Amino acid sequence: MTGRPWSNVAIIGALLLLAIAIPRLGLPAFYVSLLTQTWIYGILAMSLDLLVGFTGLVSFMQAAFFGIGAYVVAIAATRYHFTDFWLTLLIAILVAAVTAAAFAALALRAEDVGFIIITLALNEIIWGLAYQWVSMSGGDNGITGFLRVDVGPFHTTGNAGFYYLSLTALIVCLTLLTLIVRSPFGLVLVGARERPRRMAALGYNVWLFRYLALIVAAMFAAVAGVLFAYYNEFVGPGSLSLDTTVQILIMVILGGTGTLIGPLLGAGILVFLSNALSDITQRWVLILGAVYVVTVMYAPDGIVGLVKQLAARARSRHALAPAAGSMPSAALNPREGPER
Amino acid sequence: MGNAFYLQNVLGGLAHGSLLFLIAAGFTLIFGLMRIINLAQTAFYLLGAYVGLSLGLHGVNFWVSGLAGGIVATVVGLAIYGIFLHRYHANPLTALLLSLGFALIIDDGSLAIWGGDPQSIAPPKVFAASIHFGNLVFPEYWLALVVVSTVIAAGLLLFQRRTKFGAIIRAAVDDEEMTRGLGINVNRAFYFVFALGAFLAGLGGYLGGPITSAYPGLDGELLPLAFAIVIIGGMGSLEGAFIASMLIGLVNTFGRALFPELSYFTIFLPVAIIMAIRPQGLFGRKT
Amino acid sequence: MSVAAVPDPRSSIEVCLQLSGVSKRFGNLHVLDDVALCVRHGERRGIIGPNGAGKTTLFNVIAGELAPTSGNVHLYGREITRLPPHARARLGLARTFQTTTLLPGLTVVENLVLSLQALTSTPFQCFVPRTHYRGFREEALRLLRQVQLDHCADWLVRALGHGEQRQVEILMALAQRPKLLLLDEPTAGLSAADAVLVTDMLRAYHRDVAMILIEHDLSVVFNVVERITVLHYGRVVAEESVESIHGNPVVQEIYLGGKL
Repeated sequence: MTGRPWSNVAIIGALLLLAIAIPRLGLPAFYVSLLTQTWIYGILAMSLDLLVGFTGLVSFMQAAFFGIGAYVVAIAATRYHFTDFWLTLLIAILVAAVTAAAFAALALRAEDVGFIIITLALNEIIWGLAYQWVSMSGGDNGITGFLRVDVGPFHTTGNAGFYYLSLTALIVCLTLLTLIVRSPFGLVLVGARERPRRMAALGYNVWLFRYLALIVAAMFAAVAGVLFAYYNEFVGPGSLSLDTTVQILIMVILGGTGTLIGPLLGAGILVFLSNALSDITQRWVLILGAVYVVTVMYAPDGIVGLVKQLAARARSRHALAPAAGSMPSAALNPREGPER
Repeated sequence: MGNAFYLQNVLGGLAHGSLLFLIAAGFTLIFGLMRIINLAQTAFYLLGAYVGLSLGLHGVNFWVSGLAGGIVATVVGLAIYGIFLHRYHANPLTALLLSLGFALIIDDGSLAIWGGDPQSIAPPKVFAASIHFGNLVFPEYWLALVVVSTVIAAGLLLFQRRTKFGAIIRAAVDDEEMTRGLGINVNRAFYFVFALGAFLAGLGGYLGGPITSAYPGLDGELLPLAFAIVIIGGMGSLEGAFIASMLIGLVNTFGRALFPELSYFTIFLPVAIIMAIRPQGLFGRKT
Repeated sequence: MSVAAVPDPRSSIEVCLQLSGVSKRFGNLHVLDDVALCVRHGERRGIIGPNGAGKTTLFNVIAGELAPTSGNVHLYGREITRLPPHARARLGLARTFQTTTLLPGLTVVENLVLSLQALTSTPFQCFVPRTHYRGFREEALRLLRQVQLDHCADWLVRALGHGEQRQVEILMALAQRPKLLLLDEPTAGLSAADAVLVTDMLRAYHRDVAMILIEHDLSVVFNVVERITVLHYGRVVAEESVESIHGNPVVQEIYLGGKL
């Protein structure tokens, strides 16, 4: 990519070391568990941004795949006494992928706003099952009675052990997603977002690429769901409700669409704010709503977009060359030109 | 499961459908005219319910409380549209995301004012009794709600078809630019329709209160149903919204009675199938 | 009665595009009415006609964005009437749009690479960085050098001028290695100097590619094409060589002796 690769590597390395060191810094366990949540929601939010930011599909059904991942863990453990972590993970990813393959075929019959409405309806199907199919899902009470399992070197019953498991999962997912968005496949997704007609005229089956993106994103959401179930040792319908959908959408928009760090940042902000603010005031959702509205109106590229803008302004004092492009975001900005 | 069971559920379903229509009417009108999906629509419903409730507790007449609920929702709706949403006409996605923020704000604001406990709303005294009809027992209020909702639907249709302002709205739905070109103030129609949508939802909140009661999160529960209605009825179609509301009300009520574990499934699976076969909805026009 | 696609003297040359009886209605509006068109391999064809004659609709029918109400479309003998746009592109059809349609948030080179990769399996590579595929980038730079645009290879497309964007769009279409290129008003909105750039680029291109050109600026048409089809209210009213079109009475009537 552009810029100064060595300083980037240094920053990433330092952040990584910090993340690894955190459980050993003597912080209260509370903060370690908040960070664990951040890593899990981070994976989920990044998976949504692969759709919203990179592919231009505002999907309201990402929570369903998160929930599917979580329920697979719970149902496998409690009903079938099946507790192998890796196999459970694999099954969860597969179930999510198959569901996504069916749902995506339905949702992609429509575009834009129609797509949003259908994905919301499809999410409700899964929610309805979780909420009402009591004999399978435990209904509103959810499922308890399953425990974290140790994974390789991670003794997950401890706070720190689970922290490292989540951090590892985050790094793996972040790496894979980075590869995807920097691959030729990722470029096609951005092309399909910006100018679907042009892409079709070039010979790209835009429908197919969107379809694949929806399936891939669902698989990552399922990974987050699996971790979430183990983390809480509980699964309830809340994990795939409209509330969750809204939350992760806000994470993505607040942090910055069209980037991967943005959603992770957004996840951290939501997790920490919800805890910090709810100590001070009960009205944190109200504050969140207001912050979110301001973001959508004045900083549609989120925090990462703001930072980039500031950096660009600082740089432009030195040189006036047109900026070379990295990945553009601006998924929420009006499209340029008269497309569609 | 005799006739009484079916009749009871038919009436319950129609009553449920009636309150859904009051939400969905505004939803579909706003979308039809402005291409804005207003995710705060069910928050207006909740707001109307709470405002009416506060007045009702002070002894204000049921219908007056309902109207007041509608009016407060209208004022809030106009503020949201006039200050924020109207700027995002060309960008329906941003408008949708913004309306989501306002839904959160209204929901949490209501929680702050009215607390988190579910609060029931008593039907008006005139219709407080139940009707006994053989084995069949059902609240009179169900019937009253169906009648009120049907009258409102008829009124809206007449307004849309027979009045000059309705004609302007229809023209703007068909071709906004052309309508503007004729020197007609389309913006006024936008404000009016958004206000009307908010009013109907707010009114519906209190009128539907005796059935749904009022509690935080109710708006989130109703939103998917409103979506289902506009999918089935077709975006922008008033008569579609009416028929679909009744349909969803019936399916929901029967679903709960017959397949308590899968009632949600029974609503949204058909919705998904309809979507796949006719993306423009059963009554919608291809755009 | 429509003017039949008259066999011309070069009939031994393979037929590239053949439209027969193509009509397109929107409601009661007949935008295209029984259009027949035959373009041969390597031919340069102009389509002219007043506004609303159905020229862009015709392109959209050929490119697959609109299905004709009746009639059919063949590309090198293969029926493509019902194929979606991307499938037609895979059969060798490329186009430019009336308003330049590029990916404005990507760099010039990325735009071209997207075009070069389109028909390969590379777009399905999802774990290999784009930088790994140097060949596509080099090919893109080579194309850009041809039109002296290689210095802005890594600029965002939106930083280019109108004329340059139009050039990039045509390059993108050519990078698809099409057999048939549809150009929808390639010089519209360009300055005189930019228009010359684009016209020269089209004239200079080798003769393996058939081109169909919609254009208002008749001097451009006469510069680039050898045969002209005249559309009027959705019908083909004349088809002549550039040399003889001036004398065609129907054409003179439509253009009221103005520009011709």
